[in-house]
Amino acid sequence: MSEPRRILIDPLVDDNPVLLQVLGICSALAVTTSLLPALLMCAAMTTVAMFSGAAISAIRAHIPNNIRIIVQMTIIASLVIVVDQVLKAYAYETSKQLSVFVGLIITNCIILGRAEAFAAKNPVGASFLDGLGNGLGYSAVLVIVAACRELFGAGTLLGYTVLPLTSNGGWYEANGMMLLPPSAFFIIGLLIWAVRTARPKQVEKPEYQIHEVHRTEVL
Amino acid sequence: MPEGTKRNRDSTANTLIVAISVSLVCSILVSASAVMLKPRQLENEDLFRKRIVLEVAGLYGPDIDIAETFAQVEPRLVELESGEYSDVADPAEFDMLAAAGDSEFGIAIPSAEDLAVIRRRAKYAPIFVIRDGDAIEQIILPVYGAGLWSTMYGYLSVSPDGLSVRGLQFYDHAETAGLGDQIDKPDWLAQWPGLALFDADGDPAIEVVRGQAPAGSTYQVDGLSGATLTGRGVMNLVHYWIGPDGFGPYLDRLAAEADNE
Repeated sequence: MSEPRRILIDPLVDDNPVLLQVLGICSALAVTTSLLPALLMCAAMTTVAMFSGAAISAIRAHIPNNIRIIVQMTIIASLVIVVDQVLKAYAYETSKQLSVFVGLIITNCIILGRAEAFAAKNPVGASFLDGLGNGLGYSAVLVIVAACRELFGAGTLLGYTVLPLTSNGGWYEANGMMLLPPSAFFIIGLLIWAVRTARPKQVEKPEYQIHEVHRTEVL
Repeated sequence: MPEGTKRNRDSTANTLIVAISVSLVCSILVSASAVMLKPRQLENEDLFRKRIVLEVAGLYGPDIDIAETFAQVEPRLVELESGEYSDVADPAEFDMLAAAGDSEFGIAIPSAEDLAVIRRRAKYAPIFVIRDGDAIEQIILPVYGAGLWSTMYGYLSVSPDGLSVRGLQFYDHAETAGLGDQIDKPDWLAQWPGLALFDADGDPAIEVVRGQAPAGSTYQVDGLSGATLTGRGVMNLVHYWIGPDGFGPYLDRLAAEADNE
């Protein structure tokens, strides 16, 4: 696979920031009760990841080492504020549902992680693609989790009824737990399990192993 | 990277230059976007508030023009203590929540009266009068109070004689998803229109019961399963706002005027 393609495709499954590195979990729990806010969050996060990557990469040769992190944070924070303002102007009601979580993209480990690990060392184009790839990797997880939670918790997808609820005369008994944050943990856990079963390379080595005691040693 | 540029990059001068220019560019970006998008954001906020008022009034549909329909709504300012209309401020601009904290426009609520757990309230409240021709058709009152986790903000629509509920709707709260947020569910809110606000003694009567409200009750609504405290919060805030410290005097005046006619 060519280099740019690899940068873009790898974070989707093979090096997924949520599933492999287990970053960005906080927002993955908070904004996934229904699909629409999750999609908006994905768009916001991906935009910030792309442009912060490109901007940091563009001035990487000039950033002094001792104020490296704060310069990266300033750029990321500014982009997040701009995105937040745009959402408030063009997607007012959904942005109300997202409330503080757009602002909290600033502290999303994925963004700063990519800035430090990739954008600070690579050219602008590659950093932009890396941001796009990681944003999409995060988005893929969010969309799957949000779709499960909205479908089984409220019987709808993007607000359209898929499973008619018993409370509205249908046959589906809504699973209220899906609307509460712990369900996102279960779904992400199951996703990690599924991906690691398909890609055994991702399974971590145990940090220690219980020593097997043989009778001869005891004696 | 060559050794020379690296040392230069970490020099004090370069650190200052980079810090200042990054801050400058970022602040221009942030302020430009904030200033350019401000009118649109304010318009959104305004439309959202108007839409909620129209929803409570039952005038909202997916195809209506919000600004146009809202033209038939007449904003007024009520002095809560006397129940009289007042002209101290423009009702469309009056921010009741900001005024509550103000020393001139706000007042502390005695803790025995503070059913809604909001501590302070404004002395005036902006309301919306909706007319059908010349006659008043319904009156929409702003209400808010504490739920389980959050303050719930909404509107209560009452009949022109101030005795019964026409509708209730919340526009902002942070109650538990799936449990407390049932206060937004249309089938729960649909129980409110027609309820009597007061009992025979003139005390607030609305009650959110546990389980199902008895069929045909004129003042009870179903409890919210799994959200007893949120439901109780709704009941308390309605009691507070229709009570003597809230819109009580205003509602009394409406009832007296309706009697005279």
